[in-house]
Amino acid sequence: MKFPIHPRYIAIMRAEDLLHPTPAGLYCPSGDFYIDPVRAVDRALVTHGHADHARPGHGAVLATPETLTIMAARYGDGFTGRADAAVFGKATTVNGVNVTFHPAGHVLGSAQIAVEKNGLRIVASGDYKRAADPTCAPFVPVPCDVFITEATFALPVFRHPDAGDEIAKLLTSLQQFTERAHLVGAYSLGKAQRVIRMLRDAGYDAPIYIHGALEKLCNLYESEGVSLGPLLPATVETNDKDQFAGAVIVAPPASLNDKWARRFPDPLPAFASGWMRIRQRAKQRGVELPLILSDHADWDELTDTITEIGPSEVWVTHGREEALVRWCELQGIAARPLNIVGYEDESE
Amino acid sequence: MNRFAALLDRLVLTPQRNGKLRLLVDYFRDTPDPDRGYALAGITRDLEIASVKPAMIRTLVEERLDQVLFAYSYDYVGDLAETVSLVWPEAETRANRVPTVADVVETLHQASRSDGPGLVMGGLRIGVSARLAKQALAQFGGKDIVEIEELWHGLEPPYLDLFAWLEDRGDKPAPNHSAPFRPVMLAHPLMEKAERADADIAGKLAIAPEEFAAEWKWDGIRVQAAAEGGERRLYSRTGDDISDAFPDVLDALDFEGAIDGELLVMRPDTERDVAPFGDLQQRLNRKTVSNKLLASHPAFIRAYDLLTADGNDLRGEPFQVRRNRLEAFIARHGGERLDLSPLVPFASLDDLAAHRESPPHAAIEGLMLKRWDSLYQPGRPKGPWFKWKRDPFLIDVVLLYAQRGHGKRSSFYSDYTFGVWRPGDNGQELVPVGKAYFGFTDEELKRLDKYVRDNTVERFGPVRSVRAEPDHGLVLEVAFEGLNRSTRHKSGVAMRFPRIHRIRDDKPPGEADTLEALTALLD
Ligand SMILES: [Zn+2]
Ligand SMILES: [Zn+2]
Repeated sequence: MKFPIHPRYIAIMRAEDLLHPTPAGLYCPSGDFYIDPVRAVDRALVTHGHADHARPGHGAVLATPETLTIMAARYGDGFTGRADAAVFGKATTVNGVNVTFHPAGHVLGSAQIAVEKNGLRIVASGDYKRAADPTCAPFVPVPCDVFITEATFALPVFRHPDAGDEIAKLLTSLQQFTERAHLVGAYSLGKAQRVIRMLRDAGYDAPIYIHGALEKLCNLYESEGVSLGPLLPATVETNDKDQFAGAVIVAPPASLNDKWARRFPDPLPAFASGWMRIRQRAKQRGVELPLILSDHADWDELTDTITEIGPSEVWVTHGREEALVRWCELQGIAARPLNIVGYEDESE
Repeated sequence: MNRFAALLDRLVLTPQRNGKLRLLVDYFRDTPDPDRGYALAGITRDLEIASVKPAMIRTLVEERLDQVLFAYSYDYVGDLAETVSLVWPEAETRANRVPTVADVVETLHQASRSDGPGLVMGGLRIGVSARLAKQALAQFGGKDIVEIEELWHGLEPPYLDLFAWLEDRGDKPAPNHSAPFRPVMLAHPLMEKAERADADIAGKLAIAPEEFAAEWKWDGIRVQAAAEGGERRLYSRTGDDISDAFPDVLDALDFEGAIDGELLVMRPDTERDVAPFGDLQQRLNRKTVSNKLLASHPAFIRAYDLLTADGNDLRGEPFQVRRNRLEAFIARHGGERLDLSPLVPFASLDDLAAHRESPPHAAIEGLMLKRWDSLYQPGRPKGPWFKWKRDPFLIDVVLLYAQRGHGKRSSFYSDYTFGVWRPGDNGQELVPVGKAYFGFTDEELKRLDKYVRDNTVERFGPVRSVRAEPDHGLVLEVAFEGLNRSTRHKSGVAMRFPRIHRIRDDKPPGEADTLEALTALLD
């Protein structure tokens, strides 16, 4: 049953009416779509390819071409009933709601999604960062009434240092410990390719060994125009363990403490992650060389971004909501946590 | 500051000694004066930063950061000093440049209230002993570590003259006070573990009474007490100055000379009846000591050797001569806080073995055997001195938790927490009594790792709990050197030097030892 909407009600449309959290994810009733739903739905708008944002089995998916390619690579061609590609900065209409994708600077193809109706604009930024990343388009600030921000590293203790310096730490260690295999744990979508690309930019041109789980995504990045230089599988072909002495091996973080790691001579465990800022966390995992390298905004980036965009309201999701909400309160900005379940503390 | 912070990070997280050495040597080479000197002081804890109290740091931070945000941060990080250093406002560094270690130190010295927590390390353990730092300096300058140890106590941060000498740009710095530390002579175990099994080697090791002196090895800490030219100092065997913690011992050094001996605590109101090692531990690592503790835990020195006497260096004399001098010296200067470690007369190796099995006091760890003709040589020369420790205690325990190791062992569960039985509310229960991470062979490590992976009950980060029930679990035979009472442990006891001796596949967990049997060793 449908009723005509009286113009008076349109003028006072509340943000919660345009987008609000449901058990399946952030839902837009007028457009009848979800953003990054955590369950299979009829129509999904997906910000980026990380598994907790991009799930298989939806009726239709609207996402950037790169994100669609990533989803197809991870879940197979039948990952959705229907796939529509969104172009950065170009508005489309979904059931009468205006939708525009903008770069988020998080990983290849990552987007913020601006949802607009009756003069009210909400930007769901997904995961984002402001630091430079040679593997994806940089974040674009979009003016809006409500800004939905992530909060993975939303504590004042998280300040990511210059990424180039962290790569330099790795290069220094390679010169200092030439006999040890440098095992770099890096999340397989985005972080791994960023580490490899940054090593290349820093002049490292030796072959880099990769764990089997990274192969597909590294090839995908290559075909999307992110060149990664010579990559070799990290398998022991001969009995010559020495081939890995002084080499860089990139692998998913979990494999660092796995039996898999035993094939390398005297491995030196490194881990590229924003969590490495906390020494205790590095120690717990047995990491000897912490590389503070994150694809998420740190405390300063989060607060600077909110200041820059100047929304009248901030919704916080995905991490340490309480601290960022507190900061907004201190600045006199209306803010509340969006308690959406189903997103993980990406094991980054 | 950046480079120093990076060095600290690496030192904290690098488990191998050689790795740490390399990091330190490279740092000394690549860092200019005075930064490297202040960094060295920070590492060896010679740098005194006017008592920065946790409450004060907190106040300073809260002036700059919202209390609630600080509370969230502290809650997440768990360590106050680390939290503070992470949230410290970085305005200056963003605008301009990163301050040097020297900048920070100078600021700290100027400010009545310290205004930068860069060097406040709080709960952080850098894992570098003063000895390792000196080893790195020796390696960096191509010198012998003995030379560095000898002159160390005359030096002050930022050690410009030391670095000048190490880089062959200056003369060797001279010790600036008259009671210097003299590098200590150490003993080898009489037989290494592998040799013990080999009857041929054991048989060839003739310890003849005419060649060797034997004395008790007391269960305290080895020290050097020097009283020369009006100065009195007490050093640990690695050359750390521990004088401040032992004013009672210092008072008794009423002589001109340097003694090598064992620092012990006596039971109050006895004539040097040696208290358990745990009592001595109460007195260690203190900057000051209360009168109450001085009365309840009186310390004294039991002398083994005499290095200098009345201005004469005796280290080039044979032990026989030094021992005679020592006996006369203690007869003259000994007293309530200083006595002589007696020799143990013996006629044969069998005779000696019998002494070793039944020492006259619980605070005896074993025997020291010294060649009558041995000179006092720094380090651990092979041949002149041996230690022959009492056999360790053995108990059967049940494996409870395992944690992943570090470095080469990071893919193995190699740190084991184990327990023994005690009566609980619902029958017998296991209570943790200790932790061990060595003693096993590579082969045993693989078996233990497999057992842990196959029998995991729960995971908490790098730790796994394993099945431990009366008829399903893993029994380990653990060797240890002694037992202390401990209020920090649930079981009320703490083991000294526990290690995995054997995997007891043959024994059901229900038959492992009890807490009662273990605590019986305390008395
Ligand atoms: Zn993500
Ligand atoms: Zn995410």
